[in-house]
Amino acid sequence: MSQQQTKNCITLRGSAQILCEYLKFAVNSVLFQRGLYPPETFKAEQQYGITLLISEDPQIKSFLTNLLTQSEEWIINKKVSKLSLIILNVANKEVLECWDFNVQYEEGDVALSKEKNETVGSKDLKKIKQEIRDVMLQIAATISYLPLLDCRCSFDVLVHAKTDCDIPEKWAEAEPVAITNAQNVQLKSFSTSLNKMETIVSYKLND
Amino acid sequence: MAQFNYLNELNSLATLDGPITRGPLQRWVKKSGSENINPSLSNSLKNVSNANMSGVNQSMQKLSVSNQSCNNSILSTNKTPTRLESRKSKKTPSKNKSPGRSTTPTPNKASKTPNKADRFIPSRCNTNYELCHYMMTREEDKNEEPSATGEAIGKALADIEPGRLLQYTCKAPAAPEGYQNRLRVVYSQAKVPSSVKNSTRYIPHTPDRILDAPDIVDDYYLNIIDWSASNILAVALGNAVYLWNAGTGQIEQLLSLEGSDPVCSVSWVQGGGSHLAVGTTTGTVELWDCEKMKRLRVMDGHTARVGSLSWNLYVISSGSRDGNIVHHDVRQRDHNIATINAHTQEICNLKWSPDGKHLASGGNDNQLNIWPAAQGQHYSQPQFLYSFSNHLAAVKGLAWCPWSNGILASGGGTADRTIRIWNVNTGANLASVDTKSQVCSIVWSTHYKELMSGHGYANNQLVIWKYPTMARVAELTGHVARVLHLSLSPDGTTVLSAGADETLRLWKAFMLDPTKKKESVDARAAKSLLNMNSLIR
Repeated sequence: MSQQQTKNCITLRGSAQILCEYLKFAVNSVLFQRGLYPPETFKAEQQYGITLLISEDPQIKSFLTNLLTQSEEWIINKKVSKLSLIILNVANKEVLECWDFNVQYEEGDVALSKEKNETVGSKDLKKIKQEIRDVMLQIAATISYLPLLDCRCSFDVLVHAKTDCDIPEKWAEAEPVAITNAQNVQLKSFSTSLNKMETIVSYKLND
Repeated sequence: MAQFNYLNELNSLATLDGPITRGPLQRWVKKSGSENINPSLSNSLKNVSNANMSGVNQSMQKLSVSNQSCNNSILSTNKTPTRLESRKSKKTPSKNKSPGRSTTPTPNKASKTPNKADRFIPSRCNTNYELCHYMMTREEDKNEEPSATGEAIGKALADIEPGRLLQYTCKAPAAPEGYQNRLRVVYSQAKVPSSVKNSTRYIPHTPDRILDAPDIVDDYYLNIIDWSASNILAVALGNAVYLWNAGTGQIEQLLSLEGSDPVCSVSWVQGGGSHLAVGTTTGTVELWDCEKMKRLRVMDGHTARVGSLSWNLYVISSGSRDGNIVHHDVRQRDHNIATINAHTQEICNLKWSPDGKHLASGGNDNQLNIWPAAQGQHYSQPQFLYSFSNHLAAVKGLAWCPWSNGILASGGGTADRTIRIWNVNTGANLASVDTKSQVCSIVWSTHYKELMSGHGYANNQLVIWKYPTMARVAELTGHVARVLHLSLSPDGTTVLSAGADETLRLWKAFMLDPTKKKESVDARAAKSLLNMNSLIR
């Protein structure tokens, strides 16, 4: 009995929360590291044992909050397969960079799930945070090979959802984007034992 | 016999240049042998594989078009056929020997990985092997009736990305207008903008002396060093002003402001007098007599800190964070003789031309304004003569050419990084050079047709430029933080640079050639002799 209490238990909702928290920090990291917005609009925050930068811009903040609360709901219901953060040139709307966050759904701890009567995972939270930290460090390191974004840029997030997913208010269908002469780099992935998150960056290679 | 075998073996090992009797076959032997055996087979294999592959490729393209939203599938489908193609279209049928090696490098070449790595490591989790296999096998049995189950499997596999692409309609804003990626500085740092001009003159690349400057305020907008004509250097460190006698090395503290507000600007009166003007955070300009170490008067007129000062005889012009220029006549009781609304933001630098006819002001609003002196007066008119908006950042570096009338050099901040040369008599921009680094200050040499600029990130260097070609003469590095201010010694040989690393460095960058100096002295002596003669007559 004592062993069971110490055993970690992650519910679907908790797993979705971890994913969305990761997405929030990952998106903010990308915005900061890629120099999309002035560095003075960012605030340092301790997370996953490292210092990460979070945008202080009210519009960006509200955009991400709305996006992520909706995404969390979808992830719990297993409606989302991928979120794509796209970086656009403001002048000609060209897509310069695309950060894909693939969401995969995993079994979790089958034995424990039966016991609890719902799908749960038993991965150590510390381990998950360690994995996320590795991805974050990789995101920070990408600036060494990603091309300079030498124009005014903006970003958008596209959600790849299932067909049976209904469109909530203020949401709309989007056109798929493509990058010409794209290069893909897969970063590390992490798993909560219920969800697996893969991060891939594709960028436009200009010779 | 056994011992002979052993001896033979030893012999064959010992002969290094003989033919190899044991060991694997030579590559060319294998090649010729196998080609002789079945050339037809290898040909037919190639044909089959080519035909096969083209079919597969087509279907792959179709797939990728239908699934454009899914980057993953494009990636995987594009990669696999090239790999297979390269393997099958190899000329030698010896592929069984080393299939692993031959397959690896090709996709990399095609996709031009930026780091030109020598290995391609396919991401197995990205590649949809089931789908690839299905697509290939389907093409092969095209002639047969398509089985219902096969189709169903194919549909299930090809539909990796069912569903819809959604976006939130309340978009995040774009980066603010005029914002430039700060990484631009880093990315363009490696390129040297113009060729370093070979100079016959020797320029020492290390500072002559380094002085400590604790608590120096790392603020781009202040002007806190000035070297007087009587060889005394005034430096503001924090809330105090120190005087350093460059001849004797003596240091005196002139003043210390109450509170922790730093001194924002210092400026010596022209012509070697002992009067020093000091701009403060509270917006006042104080006038100090440095011989008696006594404050003479305090002049107000600004609502914000006074970051720049410039003398024109008995008029001191002060530029402030409130964007105004105030001309103070230090002799009068009502010192404020004119207030000009010059800039919309903080004034970074103010400089009167040596002839006292023009006042140049650089602002944080990226403007460089030239103000003509009022008729018969020593203060400027309220309407500018020129307003140059070519700089893309704050104009802090500002210096009038001492030997050529109406020539002004100006340098922009991080987002601009250019030095521009202006002729204020015509309003022409004579030259512009991108320095690839923030320009914090500029001084002209009095001995040479050169100017020196102090820079910030990334090298914190001093650069000597040839005028008017703007070729680089020398680059002096040493500061570990940006070079905030530059000042030329009264003899014109030494430049003092104040860095944000809390050091003042003295560079003997404009030393005169001893032989040349002698000549000029001789010439002067001859001239005075001539004068004497004229006087006698």
